[in-house]
Amino acid sequence: MATDTQLALWEVFLQAKSGANYIHAGSVHASDKSMALQNARDTYTRRGEGTSIWVVPSDAIVASNPDDNEMFFDPANDKVYRHPTFYVMPAGAKAI
Amino acid sequence: MEKTDTVLEEMLKNFEEKINRGDAIEPKDKMPDGYRKHLIRQMSQHAHSEVIGMQPEGNWITRAPSLRAKQILLAKIQDEGGHGLYLYSAAETLGISRSELINQLHTGKAKYSNIFNYPTLNWADIGAIGWLVDGAAIVNQVSLQRTSYGPYSRAMVRICKEESFHQRQGYEIMAKMMAGTKEQQEMAQDAMNRWWWPSLMMFGPHDGDSPHTGDAFKWKIKRHSNDELRHKFIDKTVQQAEVIGLTIPDKDLKWNEAKGHYDHGAINWDEFYRTINGNGPCNRQRLAHHIKVHNEGAWVREAAEAYRAKKEKAIFNN
Repeated sequence: MATDTQLALWEVFLQAKSGANYIHAGSVHASDKSMALQNARDTYTRRGEGTSIWVVPSDAIVASNPDDNEMFFDPANDKVYRHPTFYVMPAGAKAI
Repeated sequence: MEKTDTVLEEMLKNFEEKINRGDAIEPKDKMPDGYRKHLIRQMSQHAHSEVIGMQPEGNWITRAPSLRAKQILLAKIQDEGGHGLYLYSAAETLGISRSELINQLHTGKAKYSNIFNYPTLNWADIGAIGWLVDGAAIVNQVSLQRTSYGPYSRAMVRICKEESFHQRQGYEIMAKMMAGTKEQQEMAQDAMNRWWWPSLMMFGPHDGDSPHTGDAFKWKIKRHSNDELRHKFIDKTVQQAEVIGLTIPDKDLKWNEAKGHYDHGAINWDEFYRTINGNGPCNRQRLAHHIKVHNEGAWVREAAEAYRAKKEKAIFNN
């Protein structure tokens, strides 16, 4: 006899309207991808919150570790030349 | 040993600095055991309340007085189930499984809101639940939108967006009955009389007697005290009762000009503790029903898993 489980965990991402980013909404339990999609629709889009849904098995997501933040995200801060404000524009130049 | 203590102290210091800066805590952040435990207890109780709360309302689906009323009630109950799911999934980010959460409900280790241990005797009770019970829940949930744990806060934002329909549909039922026959008015007042005090109890013991308050405030899980929230609820509800001609069943209720809110009569805490400890009117029925439905649904989950396994095997063999 099979054991009773609560089925696998899936993360749900919604796109509010076409053109918008997909945003994490929460998670659902489901045995396979079509059930995950249906459960995500029933749980997270009862009032037109989304026009498109992604579901992803939770264990397929790789996340950074907050303990490593300082090291992991550090290179961003000392490369100021990545920002447009770093550059000196000649006086009088327009629309740049 | 000494080294471990230093590491723990350092972790607690970083954690509390983060809380004090007003940053949210996310699932992978280091957090003290006490914080994690408090959240699991509170969030699971909250999730179980949403799900158990479907029972007293479900009792009236087949007897709703019109098709409109039936559609509304079905939609509301579906929302409550959805709210339970948002909260379970938020609680699961703390490392507890759905099976364990349900197991804790079934063994009595986890509680659900006391209010759902009261019966729904007639249609007016559906109005009173939406207006008073959901009204009280909203006051609490609006405050929790700013709770420090990210997934809990996000679930609360989502829930609050949906709750105001619940309260308004309940108030509409009460208003309609108060505009109806004498018998309907008496039914509405009777429901008010039975649900008012249990609704006030939903906010929990008075601040001086609340066992879980200290760390919850320090760690910004709770933003407002039980009594603050209870007053907020009373202050907005009294006016709504007056508008439709209902009487608040509390002879000591009066406006306190100096404090800027209503003073209320003594709450019957003996009844509160009797109910919370399992001896309210419907405790056994609510839990027995949840366990029965859970067990009867086991074959569905098993079949779903078997179907997945079969499909995976077919792909593998091709």
